[in-house]
Amino acid sequence: MSCPFRATSAAGLTALWLAAALPAAGAEEGLRLFAVVGDAIPASLTGAKGDTERGRAIVADRHVGLCLLCHSGPFPEEPLQGTLAPDLRGVGSRWSEGQLRLRVVDAARLNPGTIMPPYYRTDGLNRVAPSVRGKPVLTADEIEDVVAFLVTLRE
Amino acid sequence: MLRTAQLIVAVSLAVALAASEEIPLSERHSSYQDMSAETRAMQDHDAENPGMLWVLDGEALWQTKAGKAAIACAGCHGDAETSMKGVAARYPAYDARRGTAIDLAGRINVCRTDHQQSPELARESRDLLALTALVARQSHGLPIDSDEARLRPFIDAGRAIFTARQGQLDLACAHCHDANRGKKLAGITLSQGHPTGYPLYRLEWQTLGSLQRRLRNCLIGMRAEPYAYGAPEYIALEAYLMWRARGMPLESPAVRP
Repeated sequence: MSCPFRATSAAGLTALWLAAALPAAGAEEGLRLFAVVGDAIPASLTGAKGDTERGRAIVADRHVGLCLLCHSGPFPEEPLQGTLAPDLRGVGSRWSEGQLRLRVVDAARLNPGTIMPPYYRTDGLNRVAPSVRGKPVLTADEIEDVVAFLVTLRE
Repeated sequence: MLRTAQLIVAVSLAVALAASEEIPLSERHSSYQDMSAETRAMQDHDAENPGMLWVLDGEALWQTKAGKAAIACAGCHGDAETSMKGVAARYPAYDARRGTAIDLAGRINVCRTDHQQSPELARESRDLLALTALVARQSHGLPIDSDEARLRPFIDAGRAIFTARQGQLDLACAHCHDANRGKKLAGITLSQGHPTGYPLYRLEWQTLGSLQRRLRNCLIGMRAEPYAYGAPEYIALEAYLMWRARGMPLESPAVRP
């Protein structure tokens, strides 16, 4: 079987980037494999397109997506939103689908100091609660739903 | 002691240290200042402060003989208002006999076992919180006085835990309470993490609780495995946070939302 990481060379791809893209991210048991190209994961984790309605529900749910703990966004029904992270309004204009996917999957690949949790990584974590050990914050299907929703937030 | 040494080594090796910049002393404030006027008034007036119920319980326990030795706290320490003045402001303290740091609740339990010859009180039990609240009350308004010289290894261990990422969400305490202090997490202002009011009455809990309970809440939020109550990791965090809040006045029993 060929390596799932098609280390596609892209303009501006740094050495650091290559190093981050090559190891076995996604090779964790239970996680789908994915290819990082530049600062994006261009292909769907599941091979299918996500559902924007479900994605919106995940993003707005403080116990599932957790997004609104730190971010604000166009969710008039949610009074308690966060200001730790950029507003989600217009995020679909600022980033492509693939860029959004990598930022949700594992934003630390782009900024090692980020506060953004890795939503689809289970390695390199410390003292994870037993109930969620080995599990990503969101499933591949949920990631795709979230990405499908985020691309609709255009300005 | 061995566990403490292991802890210090372990946390020193922790890989992903959050970029942490401590809050300048002049910018520090108690989260009392972030509260509504109503909640501040509840804290300020003893008759409205629910935490005073624990202080009153503590006064009764202080006078109650306990254990095989059949001695009350008052039997050795006399009037708490005099003998305990300023004591809580110095905790966690270095216990030379045990060669480790000990927090106020731990010290009360040492008195229970060694002097009263009575079983330890469970962490977060009504009686231990009541006695701790009584002692803490005697430092109300006094500045936190960290014994930096002897606590240094524990303060450093606490800082290492505070700045280390942990849990499924891969967050460090410092991400919220240093780097993003004052911003809103789910609409609520992120505190600077100064433990000036413990034990305190939290409206969300509908009861009085310890700093360790509060730390446990954050760890659960980060989806990390909480430490066991009384664990050296909590004592180290307490030692670091009290050092970080050195000079700030104690407010116990504080009220928080």
